[in-house]
Amino acid sequence: MNYLLRKLGFYAIACWAALTLNFVIPRLLPGDPVDILLAKLSQRGATVTPETRKAYATLLGGDTDASLPSQYVTYLGNIFRGDLGTSISYFPAPVTEVISASMPWTLVLIGLATVIAAFLGILLGAFVGWRPGTWLDSLVPATTLLAAVPYFWLSLVLVYVLSRVLNLFPAQGGYDVILSPGWNLEFIGSAVYYGFLPALTIVIASIGGWLLGMRNMMVSTLSEDYVLTARAKGLPDRWILRNYAARNAVLPSVAGFAISLAFVVSGSVVTEQVFSYPGIGSRLLAAVTNNDYALMQGVFLFITLAVLGANLVVDLLYTLIDPRTRAR
Amino acid sequence: MTNTTVPVELPAPAPSRRPIPAWRMLVPTMTPWLAVGLALVAGICLFGLLGPLFVGDPDTIRDVGLAGPTGELWLGTTQTGQDVFAQLAHATRGSLQIGFLVGILATVLSAFFGIYGAYLGGAADEVFSLLTNVFLVIPGLPLVIVISGFVPRESRGLWTIAVVLALTSWAASARVLRAQTLSVRNREYVAASRLSGERAWRVIVVEILPNLLPVLASQFVFAVIAAVLGEAGLSFLGLGASGSSTLGTMLFYAQNGFALPLGAWWWFLPPGLLIALLGTGLSLVNFSIDEIVNPKLKNVRMHRRRMRAQRRTARKDQR
Repeated sequence: MNYLLRKLGFYAIACWAALTLNFVIPRLLPGDPVDILLAKLSQRGATVTPETRKAYATLLGGDTDASLPSQYVTYLGNIFRGDLGTSISYFPAPVTEVISASMPWTLVLIGLATVIAAFLGILLGAFVGWRPGTWLDSLVPATTLLAAVPYFWLSLVLVYVLSRVLNLFPAQGGYDVILSPGWNLEFIGSAVYYGFLPALTIVIASIGGWLLGMRNMMVSTLSEDYVLTARAKGLPDRWILRNYAARNAVLPSVAGFAISLAFVVSGSVVTEQVFSYPGIGSRLLAAVTNNDYALMQGVFLFITLAVLGANLVVDLLYTLIDPRTRAR
Repeated sequence: MTNTTVPVELPAPAPSRRPIPAWRMLVPTMTPWLAVGLALVAGICLFGLLGPLFVGDPDTIRDVGLAGPTGELWLGTTQTGQDVFAQLAHATRGSLQIGFLVGILATVLSAFFGIYGAYLGGAADEVFSLLTNVFLVIPGLPLVIVISGFVPRESRGLWTIAVVLALTSWAASARVLRAQTLSVRNREYVAASRLSGERAWRVIVVEILPNLLPVLASQFVFAVIAAVLGEAGLSFLGLGASGSSTLGTMLFYAQNGFALPLGAWWWFLPPGLLIALLGTGLSLVNFSIDEIVNPKLKNVRMHRRRMRAQRRTARKDQR
């Protein structure tokens, strides 16, 4: 229970830190985002009232009337009401609308790809680490090549080979444009077909890390006394592998999920851009190129909160698989 | 997760006469993989250091655009007829520069937050490790993208990018360093040094730091890999340092010049491959450092060698 409270407390603080970072960044850095934004807004044919100006100044800084603490309070208030401002690149849609339209794409893509990569990597790592010193094990260092390849480069090469030369997969987009998005079989099939290459990129680039971490932990676990005891008792090898060695070796991989996820999210932002995938990563980059600061901040906040949420879920699962956290 | 002491190694079948000198414990054993790694890293560093001196001007425009590799131009030309090989040499230098810069900055940051926090203990440790964990869960690249988005293009220099990359990448190694420091901190000789009234920085530098050298080295190598990759990603998106020439900016121009759709693989493949090879080389070096940090990993290799030796003697006996 203590562990749970500590975790919840930590995520509350992390969440606050993310919100504050989002508030501080535009105020600390040079440049005048509000003026650029308002100029673009009036280009789009919106009427810029003093209220609009004030709303953006609260979000991005540059408000001279209110003191910094009161700006901060207004900012937090706006966030909790779900008001992140209006996007200029998708004018007149509010930022939250743009985000909620693109969020499912990214969630499904990254979620599935991460789960597949983690599952395969841990499985392979367990088997390789179980018999250290075989020819398969000596190939493990080669997987670092996969981890060191830039995501976007790999995805462009995959696009070139699999979709331009072999013509197997579509190179761009998230679904067939002649279909209208909806929960029907045809559309989901098309989304899976279009999402295959981006997912493949993420899986290839992130599987090495999982494999290596699991392999190293397996090797360490195998020299533990309880594994020796299990062997001495004459338990079948499979049983020892699954219930003694792998079960304990997997714990650091699960605990280290936060680091892996942050890497995957970072990589997939660029991957989405390469595939023009309709997810949140390409929205973020579009926002940067269009100086759409409100959208930029909103997307950053959403990505961070989603990563925090995923980590919280994994930490809660961790209490299930590691009884020691509950004992304390 | 018991932090018991490493089991005492049984004497090898053929015990060596001389005791192993202490410094040998801090130097990795030469393995084929380490040799490959060192060769890759050294080769790429030499290419980045010396290459720009021998190749021509990378910006010279020729009238042969997108020509394939020839004897004269080893990697062909770009869309505007620039020598890809010359660009590659200069870009490698740029990438290495930012990689090592960020590596040093991130290692210093992580050492400060990891080692100093753990050494002080108590409330300071709590605060430092909380800060570390918060930075750990906030995804780096989106944060870097947002920061780069706010900084106007003209003030986005090499140092700005380096500092931003370092600020977003120190957390993971600070956590590792903290765990290691905690285990070293309570040893007798550290306590003795503290009790004798040594100042904090001296205890850390003289008593604690030598124990952490392998870990620090491995974290530094990781930081360099992450920085080269991160910078490449940023530059590829057009958010890198302005006026810099790195492997990432090369890929950016190649992508914007439709290198792959036009079939100009010689323009697009080499920069990415070079990043991947540099990363691989550094990771392979890291494997050997890991064996010093975690001797259990070394046992595997020793065990394998012993098995091979046994098999060989068994075969000899049969004959």
